[in-house]
Amino acid sequence: MEIRQINEFVWEIPKHGDMRVPALLYASAKLLESIKRDLTLQQARNVACLPGIERMSYVMPDAHQGYGFPIGGVAAFDIDKGIISPGGVGYDINCGVRLLRTDYTEKDIAARRKELLTEIFKEVPAGVGKGGITKLSHSVLKEILTKGAEWAVESGYGTREDLLMTEENGRMKDADSSYISERALERGIPQLGTLGAGNHFLEIQKVSHIYDQAVAEVFGIEAEGQVLVMIHCGSRGLGHQVASDYIEKMENAFGIKGLPDRELINAPIRSPLGQQYYKSMCAAVNYAFANRQMIAHWVRDVFARVMGSPRGMRQVYDVCHNVAKIEKHAIDGQAREVCIHRKGATRSFGPGRPEIPETYRAYGQPVIIPGSMGTASYILVGTKEAEDLSFSSTAHGAGRLMSRHEALRRFRGEQIRDELEKKGIELRSTSWKGVAEEASAAYKDVDEVVRVSHEVGIGRLVARVVPVGVMKG
Amino acid sequence: MEKRYRFLDHTADAKFQAFGRTLEEAFSNAALATASLMWDVEAMSKKVKRRVRVEGRDLEQLLLHFLEEIIYAFETQSFLLASVEEVKIEAGPGGGFSLEAVFVGDNEPSKHKFHGEVKAVTYNEMKIEQNDSITIQVVVDM
Repeated sequence: MEIRQINEFVWEIPKHGDMRVPALLYASAKLLESIKRDLTLQQARNVACLPGIERMSYVMPDAHQGYGFPIGGVAAFDIDKGIISPGGVGYDINCGVRLLRTDYTEKDIAARRKELLTEIFKEVPAGVGKGGITKLSHSVLKEILTKGAEWAVESGYGTREDLLMTEENGRMKDADSSYISERALERGIPQLGTLGAGNHFLEIQKVSHIYDQAVAEVFGIEAEGQVLVMIHCGSRGLGHQVASDYIEKMENAFGIKGLPDRELINAPIRSPLGQQYYKSMCAAVNYAFANRQMIAHWVRDVFARVMGSPRGMRQVYDVCHNVAKIEKHAIDGQAREVCIHRKGATRSFGPGRPEIPETYRAYGQPVIIPGSMGTASYILVGTKEAEDLSFSSTAHGAGRLMSRHEALRRFRGEQIRDELEKKGIELRSTSWKGVAEEASAAYKDVDEVVRVSHEVGIGRLVARVVPVGVMKG
Repeated sequence: MEKRYRFLDHTADAKFQAFGRTLEEAFSNAALATASLMWDVEAMSKKVKRRVRVEGRDLEQLLLHFLEEIIYAFETQSFLLASVEEVKIEAGPGGGFSLEAVFVGDNEPSKHKFHGEVKAVTYNEMKIEQNDSITIQVVVDM
């Protein structure tokens, strides 16, 4: 496959064969090398062949191989002629990140850091097979699927202000739980309010560097050493089941003939099945919003108990990393609605977009990019240029580099814990094997990923944060 | 004993090959490989039995549905697969396939350690090769 270098950080796979548009990759030469090692670019090329795709099939700097679409893939489809694909969203619908700020500094919590983490570990259910604390009825679950984080706030988890600081205000209004299968509901009932396992985590962090003081302050990030809390999780088994269900329904309706990859299966957006998937996906998005809302509430409770007060624990923002949305974008000079798929990518709206909270609107949307375990995470800000460059999208994390299998061969969980401890980072986990699989060396260099985002202009650097306490599922 | 399954490298998730002299045996071994990503299959008691019946438009979909049963039984009924018995795969009259089997295992997750969570079974790089023996390849989302 031909890859043409456009400039230092932009690479194009020119249109060939069945491609309707070119594919465009944002990466440094170093990141491109690792991206080339798996099927990422082939998958980006496959996406470029789908009906109704607009402009380009985009690939973010942290991309790696996914199912159907690559992880780190962004594609927008014409609302009338285009498609929607469960493989373009991923199995963990609305896997996302929530960031809380505090008025505490690293020094304030130094003596209580272990206790904070221990208490959070007790309070927030995590790990494989760990059920939530609430036994939900079917009717309550359906309410959650309809109302998302709003349900959580009404039920005493957090505040109205949190909703304003969440993508979609914590509720996708197109959700319709009647299209969700019984099996998905069954999987959702025991898992609400749980972190899960795999790459999901909760971190107590401190600000290590501020790149853009003015924007950082608007986001509530004032100084180096300030304590933040980051929560990374998704829609759990319910979302996974929605993805599986609709891949199957679409296969049954349209067949799989001619698909280079079975998870590329899709339905026209306007078709009944396309709409059913979209509305089910919105419901799963809501489940994930409610999930993070509850976990954030418990974290505040712990801070209140251990530190005496949840001082200034305001939500900076909550972003989706796996989602399809209907958004307005300028295409060939015309504002048009498109169905944009972000799979392992973060929305990065620039100044002026009405979807952004009023407080941030003059500056751009906060973009939260978690690093791998024990490494830095970043807060970026969306840009105006990103609208033209990537349909307002940027990276979502470090992106894996090494297989879990290989990570297990190379690392031991206990050894990683000891190394983190030497760096002043506390670690709690339900599984040492899980810790080894998530070793930071198994991931791409997040510093390099955000540097590309910044240089290309799809998300500009605001602050760098590092963990002081890590909780893994 | 011959190897029942082996794990291969995959950037983000888990990829394995399962082997068998028959389709039934290979499917059973694929089930054990999937379960082994989450818990120690050998350490489970065998006190609970679950009857499983799935269908598929083709063998790939049949396999996907079969393996999904492990995740479903675990997440909704805390069932931990230890072994698969009485597997029978049949071709349906309309071109599809059906599978019946008995899952045997444990139902006390609090007594065990877990080392991973399989979110979903995928079609990515899925292969079912039928020669003198059967080789199945599966990638699961972790």
